[in-house]
Amino acid sequence: MTAAFRTTAAGRLKGAKPVKISFDGASYAALEGDTLASALLANGVHLMGRSFKYHRPRGVLSAGAEEPNALVGIHRDAARKTPNVRATVQEVYDGLTAVSQNRWPSLAFDVGAVNDIASPMFSAGFYYKTFMWPKAAWKSVYEPTIRASAGLGVAPDKPDPDHYASRYAHCDVLVLGGGAAGLSAALAAAETGARVIIADEQPAVGGALRFETGSTIDSAAGWDWAQATAVKLAAMDNVRVLTRTTAFGYYAQNMVGLVERVSDHLADPGHDLPRERLWQVRAKRVIIATGAIERHMVFDGNDKPGVMLASAGRTYLNHFGVLVGKNVGVFTASDSAYAAAIDLKQAGASIAAIVDLRDNPAGPLIDQARALGIEILSGRTLVRASGNLRVASMTVRATSGGPERTIPVDALLMSAGWTPSVHLFSQSRGKVAFDSATRRFLPGDYAQDCVSVGACSGTDTLADTVKDAVAAGEKAAKAAGLAKTVGTKVKAETSESWAGGMVGAAPGAGPDTTGKAFVDFQNDVTAKDIRLAVREGMRSIEHVKRFTTNGMATDQGKTSNIHGLAIAAEALGKEMPEVGLTTFRAPYTPVTFGSLVNHSKGRLFDPTRRTPFHAQEEKLGAVFEDVGQWKRAWYYPRAGEDMHAAVNRECATVRKAAGIFDASTLGKIEVVGPDAAKFMELMYTNPWEKLESGRCRYGIMLREDGFIYDDGVVGRLAADRFHVTTTTGGAARVMNHMEDYLQTEFPHLDVWLTSISEQWAVIAVQGPKSRDIIAPLVEGIDMSDGAMPHMSVREGKICGVPTRLFRMSFTGERGFEINVPADYAAAVWDAVWAQGQKHGACAYGTEAMHVLRAEKGYIIVGQDTDGTVTPQDAGLDWAVGKKKTDFVGIRGLKRPDLVAKGRKQLVGLRTKDPKVVLEEGAQIVADPKQPIPMKMLGHVTSSYWSENCGRSIALGVVTGGFERMGQTLYVPMPDKVIEVEVVGQVFFDEKGERLHG
Amino acid sequence: MLLIHCPYCDEDRPELEFRNAGEAHIARPENIAEISDEEFAQFFFIRTNPKGLIYERWRHIHGCARFFNAVRDSVSDKFLMTYKAGEKRPTVKAGEKA
Amino acid sequence: MADASRIHPLAGRKVANPAVTLTPAEPAARLSLRARPDAVAALSKALGVKLPEMPKRSATSKSGGRAALWLGPDEWLVIDTAGGDPLADCAKVKALHSAVDISHRNTAILVEGKGAEATLSAGCPQDLSLTVFPVGACSRTILGKIEVVIWRTGETAFRVECWRSFSAYAFDFLEEAARDAPIAA
Ligand SMILES: [Zn+2]
Repeated sequence: MTAAFRTTAAGRLKGAKPVKISFDGASYAALEGDTLASALLANGVHLMGRSFKYHRPRGVLSAGAEEPNALVGIHRDAARKTPNVRATVQEVYDGLTAVSQNRWPSLAFDVGAVNDIASPMFSAGFYYKTFMWPKAAWKSVYEPTIRASAGLGVAPDKPDPDHYASRYAHCDVLVLGGGAAGLSAALAAAETGARVIIADEQPAVGGALRFETGSTIDSAAGWDWAQATAVKLAAMDNVRVLTRTTAFGYYAQNMVGLVERVSDHLADPGHDLPRERLWQVRAKRVIIATGAIERHMVFDGNDKPGVMLASAGRTYLNHFGVLVGKNVGVFTASDSAYAAAIDLKQAGASIAAIVDLRDNPAGPLIDQARALGIEILSGRTLVRASGNLRVASMTVRATSGGPERTIPVDALLMSAGWTPSVHLFSQSRGKVAFDSATRRFLPGDYAQDCVSVGACSGTDTLADTVKDAVAAGEKAAKAAGLAKTVGTKVKAETSESWAGGMVGAAPGAGPDTTGKAFVDFQNDVTAKDIRLAVREGMRSIEHVKRFTTNGMATDQGKTSNIHGLAIAAEALGKEMPEVGLTTFRAPYTPVTFGSLVNHSKGRLFDPTRRTPFHAQEEKLGAVFEDVGQWKRAWYYPRAGEDMHAAVNRECATVRKAAGIFDASTLGKIEVVGPDAAKFMELMYTNPWEKLESGRCRYGIMLREDGFIYDDGVVGRLAADRFHVTTTTGGAARVMNHMEDYLQTEFPHLDVWLTSISEQWAVIAVQGPKSRDIIAPLVEGIDMSDGAMPHMSVREGKICGVPTRLFRMSFTGERGFEINVPADYAAAVWDAVWAQGQKHGACAYGTEAMHVLRAEKGYIIVGQDTDGTVTPQDAGLDWAVGKKKTDFVGIRGLKRPDLVAKGRKQLVGLRTKDPKVVLEEGAQIVADPKQPIPMKMLGHVTSSYWSENCGRSIALGVVTGGFERMGQTLYVPMPDKVIEVEVVGQVFFDEKGERLHG
Repeated sequence: MLLIHCPYCDEDRPELEFRNAGEAHIARPENIAEISDEEFAQFFFIRTNPKGLIYERWRHIHGCARFFNAVRDSVSDKFLMTYKAGEKRPTVKAGEKA
Repeated sequence: MADASRIHPLAGRKVANPAVTLTPAEPAARLSLRARPDAVAALSKALGVKLPEMPKRSATSKSGGRAALWLGPDEWLVIDTAGGDPLADCAKVKALHSAVDISHRNTAILVEGKGAEATLSAGCPQDLSLTVFPVGACSRTILGKIEVVIWRTGETAFRVECWRSFSAYAFDFLEEAARDAPIAA
């Protein structure tokens, strides 16, 4: 079965495989190689969508990426529903299912079309004015109604099952666009040996050669030359040819983002093919060969289905073999529409008339049209296109006015000339310049190492285009460091002409008229709207644009910007450049989130870090919590235990017998060199020079402003070697902080820093039985109290592998931290665990660790401190070396605000009711009856149920806290006020005897 | 993504490997414990933040790990030059490629 | 004593397709070596590897069992896959230096095959072509969201070193990236 409008007189799909597609439930015959648009047009279907605001029926405007109207949903399966796909870009495959959007209940009968009748209500700026009052109505009435009746398609509601690939690529010359210019430039650059990437958004290269019939390059038809050249390029080792690939963003230093659509055109992409591939290309030189986009004519009814760009009508015929109509009208101000009329006439369509704004159009194309018997109505304008769901007639009169004549048509081709595609040039921060002779913006000052060639830089003839492009290709290769040129020759001739054109509204759609002459189809902006914006006081195009939304739809005004600017300029009585041109921004066309995210989803969204004990902890039934990127064992519930019960048991067991804890995530830094102690003196508040080898000290690190930055236990392994620990969260930034000072402030010191966080896995064994558990496994270390007191470190062996054994405690109990090389960690854990079983030990997680340290008043940097807490504020004044003459933060600590009275200080908080556990973050006040907003004294930083104390415990920062010991303060909560007493920080074993017990 | 010339690796490398580290050529006073509140404020809090040429510190943190200095145009984002930590602040005019 | 054989965090994982294979590397002894130029000769002698002094360069011992990778102007990653003890070798050197054992901090993945470069280029922003990143080149850099050291050991072979807890991410990333290597070279 052949579709009704498919012709054998032209087109390149002859012999292509027939496929079936469906649109809004109806089945249509298509050919492989069709776009959805060409396939529907072949079947006489012009109505493809409804407009955004007025819900007006719309067909295709274009045959390419600039399409503003024919947006559809493509439904592959339940999870693969892509909205807002341009029918002019989507290639068909067997079984393609497309649905129209922005209509209800059906495309042909749309309730929302009442907006069109009521359109005076919906004039430009209507959103700003109408929805201002009453304020509450916005959320309850306006927004839901607008969202239901507007919107573009429906976003899929299931996770995207496709995968997307990513590639960084590097080249000497990147060519953007695969038309005659891009191919010539790529060939010239490639033949020098340069690494070349050429990208084109279409399934095949060719650019305008896709519809032009009058161009010959190197003695071949233009299209055939393009395909042969692409084959030649692809065969070269130094060239990558990317089709179906859009350059969507031009970033700093010639970094260009490309999206390659790998499988959207395939019926069954299979499992391994990505849907799209993101290319991040870094090029030494970029050649922009993005061509030009045809402009529509601005007249009443120019949005009727069947009214389209002349080049689109020509593309559907010459490439797809589809006649867009059988009785076609033409409205133009440029020569190129004549070529369309001629092609259609020769393919069997009748041309109702060519309406040309120009009084005396002349040239070979005009002569040829006349010779074919086509009626040419020069000096005339088209005042109206009429028809309901499809254009049915055009109404013509002289440009100066006078009687009207209505001519029946079933399609209408229009051309107001060509707009150079300066989008990527503009994105590269190049400045466009207005060429007043041709009334167009062209690349002006360049900001990056790139050059524009061909139609996008205003070159109108094919011969000049290929000549310039070859030169640009050779020059770019040379600039990229390639010495030899082979003298690439490309010879082109053409009968095509892109001369002529106009910008702004056509005569007949002037300020005095009432019709809907669309400038921006997708956002339903008319010439009238733009004039209204000017009347409302908008002076710059930036304001006009925001007031009318002209150019702000997903097509970013590819066809509308220049017309909008011209109409605004005319209304303001200014020249176009005085009104401005909006800056083009990435992306050039919409880009899927999938391609930008590519691999970074699911398990690759963020690295998940597991300690070497993870499997052991899983076996013990640990529940894990996320601590940054780490998975840390949170608590180990036994049968029948909830979190509370498990934590209570773990806390009690540690103090009664012992607990085994994974402390591997703490940061560790080895500080090595003869000046190691000197460096430590500068980085920490504490004194280090006199710390003996084999001993440890709790260190506090400040920022230069005097606030606590990190803390941790530091062991001195030798005179010139320290083993520093940091908080888990501080590991990377402490290393950076220390490197910064070492490299830039203290480079004279002979010391080096190495991160050993992951070299050493750490098992903390804490509790009265800790030594009994470990001792049998240890070789070469005397663990007696005399030989190894609290806060000491020894090197030896455990389970036959090297260990750095610390005697230290974050629980207040006798405790050890066993550091072992990570690959041995699991074996050592198993041995320690087996030993622990003999002594009634349990594994405990981070929650119990938090409770146990809070019972002892040990702070956690980042929880009990917040970047504005000094050692004095935290009650850690003892750790600041009073005799020291320098350390980072020494001067900051003396700042007036830091020594002033009334600072917030870290204290213990004891609820009057021992059963009440405070909420962390809750505010503390002196008088709960004061009016709101209350004066807040501070907040709760840590709060737990302490099984060992038999009551709740809490820490908090309170203004003047140290002087408030014994005072009653209040914590107001939504449902009650909690009474608390200010107490010391230590809740358990205040004398610290258990460390040695 | 910018390309940054690391003076230690002597190569243009992708921005992802680097981290900005604030304004350059602000030396920590040798007698920092003795300086006045005003001097401390000048040293620690006050930055020039000019439009145009800025001297800033970068670290090739995911490369050679060295801190170095750069002259950059804050309007165009372009690097005019980079140089090793400890080297003298070069005199560069806007728009000049050093 | 307990069984003290090393457990590779990626033990058991393997990816192979027509373009690329991913294999966890055998355990190795590793050293983060820091020194100024005046100590390079003595350290080179002790290690049996001439420490490279040019960026991005590596050097290998005669037997091939030990390599030194330039990571920074005073920093080398020494990798010994032959059962040697580079830490002990450096301990004999009197010249000022810092040698820290990082054998277990790092782990490595071997990325091999004609699609190896394409696989790494999915997540590494550096130019890994043979002209810019020749055999023997090495660099600390980025792979996806993590830091790695990439070392080209052959025209189509790379060794990717990363920190232990990031190795699962690294392998997962390369596994995803490897899917695309046979499709687009
Ligand atoms: Zn570097």
